[in-house]
Formats: sequence, structure tokens, C-alpha cells
Amino acid sequence: MDEKLPTPSPEQEHRRDAEGISRRTFLMGVGIALNAIVGIAIATPVVVYLMGPVLRRKEYRHWIAVGDVTEFRPGETKLVTFRNPFRELTDGVTANVPAYVRCTVEGKFVVFAVNCAHLGCPVRWFSESQLFMCPCHGGVYYADGSRASGPPERGLFTYDAKIEDGKVMIDAGQMPTLSNRASAVPCPGVTKKDGELVQIA
Amino acid sequence: MAWYKDTYDWFERRLQLEKPIKDAVMHPVPTRAASWWYVFGSASLTLLILQVVTGILLSLVYVPSGGHAWQTLQVLNYQLPLGWFLRAMHGWGSNFMVAVVLIHMAQVFLFGAYKFPRELTWVLGVFMLLLTLGMAFTGQVLRFDQDAYWGLAIGASILGRVPFIGGSLVHLMLGGPIIGSATLTRFFALHVFIIPGILLFFTALHVWMVVVLGVNEWPVPGRIVRRDTYVQEYHELTQKDGLPFVPQAVWKDLFFSAAILFAVAFCAALFGPYGPTGVPDPSIVQTVPKPDFFFLWIFTVLSYLPPSMETPFILIVPAVAVAILIALPFVAGVGEKSWWRRPIAVFAVMFIAVCFGVFTQLGTSTPWSPHMTAWSGAAVPVEYLHNRTPLERQGALVFQEKQCRNCHALGGVGGQRGPELGDVATRLTEDQMIRQVLLGGGNMPAYGSTLSPAETTALVRFLDTMHPNYQPAAGDASRLVVQTGGIPPQSTVEHGGGQQNPH
Repeated sequence: MDEKLPTPSPEQEHRRDAEGISRRTFLMGVGIALNAIVGIAIATPVVVYLMGPVLRRKEYRHWIAVGDVTEFRPGETKLVTFRNPFRELTDGVTANVPAYVRCTVEGKFVVFAVNCAHLGCPVRWFSESQLFMCPCHGGVYYADGSRASGPPERGLFTYDAKIEDGKVMIDAGQMPTLSNRASAVPCPGVTKKDGELVQIA
Repeated sequence: MAWYKDTYDWFERRLQLEKPIKDAVMHPVPTRAASWWYVFGSASLTLLILQVVTGILLSLVYVPSGGHAWQTLQVLNYQLPLGWFLRAMHGWGSNFMVAVVLIHMAQVFLFGAYKFPRELTWVLGVFMLLLTLGMAFTGQVLRFDQDAYWGLAIGASILGRVPFIGGSLVHLMLGGPIIGSATLTRFFALHVFIIPGILLFFTALHVWMVVVLGVNEWPVPGRIVRRDTYVQEYHELTQKDGLPFVPQAVWKDLFFSAAILFAVAFCAALFGPYGPTGVPDPSIVQTVPKPDFFFLWIFTVLSYLPPSMETPFILIVPAVAVAILIALPFVAGVGEKSWWRRPIAVFAVMFIAVCFGVFTQLGTSTPWSPHMTAWSGAAVPVEYLHNRTPLERQGALVFQEKQCRNCHALGGVGGQRGPELGDVATRLTEDQMIRQVLLGGGNMPAYGSTLSPAETTALVRFLDTMHPNYQPAAGDASRLVVQTGGIPPQSTVEHGGGQQNPH
């Protein structure tokens, strides 16, 4: 028994084409829609995966010891290195983060990030002239971290610092830029009225 | 029938590639366009293929890990036979590619080839330029050394200036809170998969359009591009005065590509690979980071911008520049193609070339940066110490010890951030020098808190000897007036507005 439908006559085909309807084009449309839905469903976890570093936490900060209180003498600024608390297994030497610890008077510390406030290059401390100089674009800072000359709009970034069990602790873990808490400080000075440095991450 | 003919026919019957390939390579080219000026596009493609091949070869050894990448570069440089040569080919290939792409772009612009109907070819080309620069930057990061590390720090600092979302962008770019292994793997994926994938796809489209739309004809003054007649006119031109691309035009492309490949290999063999410089350990702050050649001009611009303009400039100008390049064929898509009738276009190319040259030159000498080792590395020239009193020589010691030399040259050696001081005493009096040293100003830090009175006196006495070749030392006009009891009638010293006696 022949169960096939009769093939459409030329007039029928013409009318169908003119109307743009056929079962197959309809099914193709459904197929495209299905793929779009599945595509969005697959893309959502991809976006979440890509945004991982941002979604994990907003700010990466952790108290970490940078040395004994006795290591730092009043009036001196010293370069210290600590291992970043948020390091990965394969970070290697890149997880060595430097910072400048300045002991103002016995028991008082200010800790500066080495990153120039202009574009993040490493500033170098010159104890003879009591200046921080940046090798990239010539930014210069005084010993208290305030801007002396060059393109930076503000003073050096500082870390929150405290003393615990005879150790100098700082609240660190992320690269300081103008966008994390550093931007809270108005330009160009970093000193408050009472002479205390504003603490920024 | 020979066996090779049989084999060819067997494949051809299944592939059926003969006709489309023949059509593509035999397409007619306007006779005058079969010129040596038209070889830069094919040379860019040749260099792209070279970069893909050498890149794949390097990936056999390179490990994209923050803790190991630098060591694998050492293995390539020193342990594997000719590993250094492959690194050098890839590095020099990158330099040549950026240069040839830029020349290609300038040539296409000057010859009006971006006009109707080749607008999309140009727009794709703009994106391909950006992708090429993206390859150059990400490649510089994969050479994971100190320059790469601090280049990333500069990139992150720029992103950190974006309002509102800057902090998130920084973490997104770095793949975490700091520059580390996650950063390197991100840039590895960009450099090896994402950007080259897009670049190869765009290149295929770009070449396809060159074939189907035809090679731009040699511009002739007065031959105007009009949307309704151009295609017809171009067709007639290639029919009347055209050559098949193969072999009549392609031999020049082949010659030039061979020459470029030879030049890359020559530079690679002669100059060797780029770095790597020191290990990417940020705790080594004794470093002077510098970007690769093609980004030096940005380095210069960033140091000369006034601080207040910097953030808007960095964030807005690149977007505007790209928008202008993309808008170009839509704004100037018809009209004259010849450079004789497009003076502004010619001037624009010359202006950009001169700016690029000057900024790059400044970027290589960085006169705005202190020379970090000048104070301890460059001795005071002996003529500045000859016949000086002990106090003056003590001043020379202060000058060196307090790092003045890092910003001020003596005898042409030292920093160029501040003025050379070999003749400072002809410009400033002793009082003015004391004031400048203690209070700073004019981009000089104040030294009031770091110099003792004795050091200041010695330093200024030393500087006061700096009027070489019997030039007169700078004098104080007011003292002259006091000594002579009034301004002499023949004096050139004038009354200052505020000093005039009202009576």
C-alpha cells in the first residue's frame, strides 16, 4: 500500500513558497531556537567562569607580618619582601611582594607600596636624599610618601599597618591602583591635619 | 598518461579545487597596479605565516607558568641547539610584521584604496592592525621578565583609572589580585589561541575581498570614484589594460617576501633574541622598565601629559583614534584617489610619522627619568674640581651624595630631568641657588629637610663656581643698584613695576 502523500502540484509549491510556510522551514526555526536556548544556557557558566577573579571577592586583603618591630629603627626606611597571601601554586617569584617600611618614631610605622601612583612602576628609596624616585616617568616622593615632583597626581600608596606580638603587620594582598581603596584619598597631599598618614590599601 | 597526472586527476575529481583556484590567481590586475608599491600586503601575510610557524615551534618548549616561564626561555636560549635562533626569528618577525603592516596601511591610505567599494577591506584592516599590536603586546608579556612584569603593572594601572569598574577590570586582566601565574596563562591564551584565531579569520576575509573586488588601480589625478560608475570603470580598465595576477604581478610579491624573510633571518642571526632581562621578581626594585620598540611612543606620551589630562587622555584618545580610522571610508568613500589632490591626507601621514619618530626617539633616551645610578656611577669631571677650595670640593661631594646627579648632568653625564648644571652660575645667583635647593619648585623636590646648613653652604659654593670659559657669573641687579646708589643712566636694568617709588 502506498502511504506517501501525493507530491505537491506546481501551483501548490508556488503558493507555499509565496507564503513562506512549510513544515521544514518551521522545523528549522524551531531548531535555531533550541540551539539559541542551549547556547545561552552554556554561555552563562562560561561568563561566570571568566568573571571568577572578580566574583571570588571584591578586594583581596589579609593581615600579614613583614618583620619584627626591632628590625626597623626610627627615622629609617627599609625595603621588605613578603609572600603574597593569595598566591597560586605556580606563581614562583612573582608572589614576592616588596614594600617600604618607614619607622617614624619608636613603635610608629608607615608602610608604602613600591608601586608608583602614576603607572605602577617600582620606586626606589634613596636614603641620602630621603627621596623615592621612579625610573619610568620620573615621579619623585618625599620620605613621608607625599608627592615631590613628576607626573603622579598623589603620594605613594600605603598599607594599613599595626603591631601584633612584636611584629609589624600590614593589610595587603592586591596590587595597589587608583581604583581600589587608594582612590579614597584626595589628591595631592596624603597627610591629615594631625600629621598622621591616611592609611590606604 | 603519466602516473602523476593520474594521481592529480584522482584528487581533482574529488576536491574540484582547480577552477576556483585558477579563477582567483588569474584574476586581472590593472597593469600599473602590478607595482613594487603593492607588495606590502603579501609581505604582511608572509610574516604572519612565519610567526605562526615559529610560534608553534617555540610552544614545544615554552611553559606558561609564572614560576617556570623565565627558566624555559633560558633553556631555549642556552641549552637547545638553535633555540635562541627561533626565539630571535619570532621576536624580529614580530618587529618586521608591525612595521610592514604600518607601511601597508600608509600605502593603502595614500593610494585611496579604502574608497568604494573597498570600505570593508579597510575596516577589517584596521582591526587586523589592532590585533597585530595586541599580538606584539601579549608576546612581550610571554617573554616573562622584569620588563614584561612592569609592563603588566603599567597596563593594570591604566585600567585602574577607568571610573567605577576599574578595580574589577584590573582583577579581570590579572586573573587575580596580583601579577602572577594566572596573569601569564591569560595572556598565553590570548597570544596563542584567541588573537591569532581572529587574526587568521580576518586575514582570510581580507584576502578574499582583495580577490573578488580586484586590486586597487593606480590613482590618477582627476579619475573620480563614483558609487554608480566605479565598478563598471574598474572592469573596463582591467579588460583593456590588465594582467593576470599570476605570473605577471605575483613575481614582485614573491621577490619582496623572500627579501623580508631573509632580512628577518639576518637580523635574528646578527642581533639575537630579545632578552629575557632579569627574573620577574617584583622584589628586585633595581630595574628600569621599558616597553618594546613599538610602544615606546606611548611611554613618552604618558610622561609628558599634564597630570590632570592623563586619565581622560589615556581612556578616550585611543577609542577616538580607532573610531576615526573606521569612519574614514564612510566619510571619504568617494572622490579623488590621487595623493596629488589629497594634501591633507599626505600631511596627516607625514605628521603621524614625524610624531611617531620623535616620540620613539625620546622614548629610547627617556630624558624625563632620573638616571638611578648616576650619583654613584658617574664621577664629577675633573675640570669642575681643579683649583677649587676645600669647601667647594666638599660641595661636589654633597652634590653626588645627595643624588643631585640623578637628575642634573655635569659635563654631559647624568640625568636630564633637570637642567645641566655645568654653567648654572651664569644663570642663578648664590641666593637664588640656595632658595631653589631648599624650597625646590619647577618640578624639583625641596631639599630643606635633608640638607644641613653646612651641606647647603658647601653645595651652593660648589655650584657657584659653574661659570666656565670666563663667562661672567650671574649678578644680583638690586645689589648693583645699592652699590652705585641708584640706577646708572646707561644701565639696561629697568625699574620693576612694584619697586617704583610713588613719590
